[in-house]
Amino acid sequence: MSPTALVEPIKLEVKNLDLFYGPKRALNAVNMKIPEKKVTAFIGPSGCGKSTLLRCFNRMNDLVDACRIEGEILLEGSNIYDKAVDVAELRRQVGMVFQKPNPFPKTIYENVAYGLRLQGVKSKRVLDEVVEKSLRGAALWDEVKDRLHDNAFGLSGGQQQRLVIARAIAIEPEVILLDEPASALDPISTLKIEELINELKHQYTIVIVTHNMQQAARVSDYTAFMYMGDLIEHDLTDTLFTNPSKKQTEDYITGRYG
Amino acid sequence: MKNLLKRKTSWFSSGSPWIWLNGGAVAICMLMVVGLLGLIAVRGFGHFWPADILQTSIVDRDGQRQIVMGEAVRDEIISASVARDGGYTIAPDVELITRHLFKLGNRDVNGRDFVWFLDIGMEKWEYPADAISIERREWGNFYGYPVAIKEQDNVVSELSSADFWAQLDQRLTRALDLHDKIHRIEKVDIGRINNQMDELRLERRRLELDGITGAQLASADAELAERRAALEAEYDVVKKERDEILAQATRDKLLARTADGKEVVIAFDHIVRVTRPNEMGVFAKSGQYLERFWEFMTAEPREANTEGGIFPAIFGTLTMVIVMSIMVTPFGVLAAIYLREYAKQGTFLKIIRISVYNLAGVPSIVYGVFGLGFFVYTLGGNLDELFYAESLPSPTFGTPGLFWASLTLALLTLPIVIVSTEEGLSRIPSTIRQGSLALGATKAETLWKVVVPLATPAMMTGLILAIARAAGEVAPLMLVGVVKLAPALPVDGNYPYLHLDQKIMHLGFHIYDVGFQSPNVEAARPLVYATSLTLVLLIIALNISAIRIRNSLREKYRSASD
Repeated sequence: MSPTALVEPIKLEVKNLDLFYGPKRALNAVNMKIPEKKVTAFIGPSGCGKSTLLRCFNRMNDLVDACRIEGEILLEGSNIYDKAVDVAELRRQVGMVFQKPNPFPKTIYENVAYGLRLQGVKSKRVLDEVVEKSLRGAALWDEVKDRLHDNAFGLSGGQQQRLVIARAIAIEPEVILLDEPASALDPISTLKIEELINELKHQYTIVIVTHNMQQAARVSDYTAFMYMGDLIEHDLTDTLFTNPSKKQTEDYITGRYG
Repeated sequence: MKNLLKRKTSWFSSGSPWIWLNGGAVAICMLMVVGLLGLIAVRGFGHFWPADILQTSIVDRDGQRQIVMGEAVRDEIISASVARDGGYTIAPDVELITRHLFKLGNRDVNGRDFVWFLDIGMEKWEYPADAISIERREWGNFYGYPVAIKEQDNVVSELSSADFWAQLDQRLTRALDLHDKIHRIEKVDIGRINNQMDELRLERRRLELDGITGAQLASADAELAERRAALEAEYDVVKKERDEILAQATRDKLLARTADGKEVVIAFDHIVRVTRPNEMGVFAKSGQYLERFWEFMTAEPREANTEGGIFPAIFGTLTMVIVMSIMVTPFGVLAAIYLREYAKQGTFLKIIRISVYNLAGVPSIVYGVFGLGFFVYTLGGNLDELFYAESLPSPTFGTPGLFWASLTLALLTLPIVIVSTEEGLSRIPSTIRQGSLALGATKAETLWKVVVPLATPAMMTGLILAIARAAGEVAPLMLVGVVKLAPALPVDGNYPYLHLDQKIMHLGFHIYDVGFQSPNVEAARPLVYATSLTLVLLIIALNISAIRIRNSLREKYRSASD
C-alpha cells in the first residue's frame, strides 16, 4: 500500500516482497514506494521486519545463508534482485550505516578513502578532496582535521558514527540506509546525527530504521509502520502520527503495545 | 529490624573455599615452575664459577698414601659395607662414611678425571696459592703447579722469577691470537677455496650429464683446469700462511708439575685459559665467571661436547625456528582462512576440522618418521634427481638437513596456527565485515583489507605457541636433520649464504647428547643444566619478542573487538 500523498519522484519501489528465514516468513507481500531525496522512517516493534526490509535494499540479506526472497525491488525502475545485477555495484549506489559504529582498524583518513580505493582511485589529490568533502558533509571535519592519520578507534562513539556516515557518502551513493544509527549513542551525539540527516536529505534518498518514535517524527518526511512482517501503514510523517488510518498504528504510536 | 551484623552465610557458601582452592592451584603451579627453573639455574650457572683447587693426601685401597689435587665436586654418605665391598679396609665399628668426588683433571696422566675418595684417612684440605688450573683444547683440565716457560727449548722464565705470571699472560694472549688466526684461515679462506673446488667438480659433472662431448668438453676441461690451477695456487698461498702461523704458535711451551711430582709439558697452542683460583678474590672470580659464561654462549664445543660452548646449537635452534615460522605461518593462515571463510560449513568440514585439531596430539616422533620417509627420501630424493643430479650419488636434499627439520616442525605446529587463526577470524565482529561489504567491497577485498589485518594478533598467538612447541621439540629432529656435531653453521659467507641442506645442531638434542651419550658423565652434568637453561631462555626470548609484536598489533586494533 502507498500513501496517496506520494507525488515526488520515486527512488525505490518494493513489489510483492516476501522474505523467508528458512521456514519462517519474515516479510509478507510488502509493497511500498520510497520517494527521492526525502527521509523515510520505518517504525515498529522489535522483530517486525523493519531492519530486514531495510537490508533488502542493498541485498545485505544475501549474507544470511537460509534467507530466501521473492518479489522485486526496483531502484529507479530496474530490479535489484535480477540475476545480472552486480551486488558490489548495487551497494556502491545504496550505502548503509549500521546500528553500532563500525569503523575499520585504520586511520580516519583511510576509513573515508576505503570505498574510493576499492574503486581503484589512487590519486592523492582526489582522495584528499573527497575525504575533506565527505568529512565536512558528515559534520566531522572540524573535529578531526588535525588528526586524520590517527586510528579511527580513538574517536568517540558519536564521532565514529559520523565517520561511518562520511565513509558512506564518500562514494556518493544514491540512497543511504540507516539502521538505528543513533541507538548506541548518547543524546548529544544523537542530536548531531539527526541534524546531519536533515542536511543529507537535500542530496540523498534516506531510509532510516528507528525504535524511537520521537526521532522518526523529528527527522522523517514519510513514515512506514510495520508489524509482524506486514507493512501496516505508510504515509506522510505528520499524517501518520496525528491521524493514523489504522487502529494498529494508533495503538503503537500511543504506546499501547510495542 | 533483623540483625545485619550476625553472620548467616556459612563459610562454605561464601565461596571462600573456592578462592582458596583456586589460589592454591596457582601457588602449586608457580612453585613447580619456579622450582624447576631455580634448580636448572643453580646447577647450570654454578658451573662457570671458578672453583678453588684443593690438595690433600688420601689412603687408597692398598693402604698407600697418595697426594691428590683437584676440585671438590660433591659429597655423599654411604654405608661402610659398600666401601668394604669396594676393597677398602675399614674398622668394623664404623657404619657410615663420607666420600668426596674430586675432579682431578689430568686425563692424559691419570686416565680418569672424576674419582671418589673416602673421608677416612684423608688429611686436611689445603689450597696452595700457586696451584693452577689449565683449560686445554684436548684432555680436559690440568691441575698442578707451573714450573717454567720455555721458548723453543730454552727456559725464559721460572716460577721464582718476578715476571713469571706476566710472561705467562702475555704469551698466552699471543698464542690465543695466533690460534684465532689459524681458525679463521681454516674456516673462512680454506672453506671458501674448498667450496669453489667442489663447484668446479660439479660443473664438470654437469657438463657430462648434459651430454657434452668431444671438442666442446675438451675446451671446457681446459678452462676448468685453468680455474682449478688458480684455486690451487691460492690454496698454496693460504696454506703457507697458515703453516707459518702454526709454527709460531707452537713456539712456547709451559712446563708444569702435577701434585705428585710428575712433570708435564703443555704447548701454549693447546691452552684455552690458565687460572689461579686460590689466589683470586670475588671480583676476579666474577670476571672469570662472565668470561667463561660468554665462552659457553659463543664458542664451539670441544671434547665430544663436554667442554667449550654451545654456540652452534643456539644458532641452529634459532635458524630452524625462524625457517619454520616462515613456512608455517602462510600455510596455516591460508588454510584457516579457507576453513573459516570459504568452505561450506557442514559435516565434512567438521570432520576436517576435528582431524586438523587432532593432528596436534600425534606423537612428535611420528612426524619425524613421516618427515624422514616422505620429505627426506621421497621429496628430497626427487629434488636431487631434478636439480642436483651432478652431485649424486652423494645426496644434497636427499638427506636430513635444516630444511627438512624446519618443514617437519612446520607440519607439527600447523594445527596450532590453524586453530588460533580460525579463532581469531571468528572473533572479528560481523558488523565490520558488513561495513566493508556495504561499501561495495567484494568478499575477498573485505577479507584482505579488513578481516585479516584484524586477525593478525590471533595469528601471532598461534605463532608464539608454535615457536614454543617447535623450539623444545627433539624427537622428530633426530630423524630429519639434527646431529650431535655439525661441521659448519647453516649460514656462512659462501653463496647462497643460507644452506638449507646442511645438518644443524640443536639445543634440545644437545641436552640429550651431552646428558646421555657422553663418555664423561660427571663433566657433562653441569653442561646439561646450563644448556637446558639456555634453551629455556632462548624460548622465552623468542616468545617475548613475538608477544611484543602481538601486543603492538592488539594496541593498533584495540577497540574493534569490544
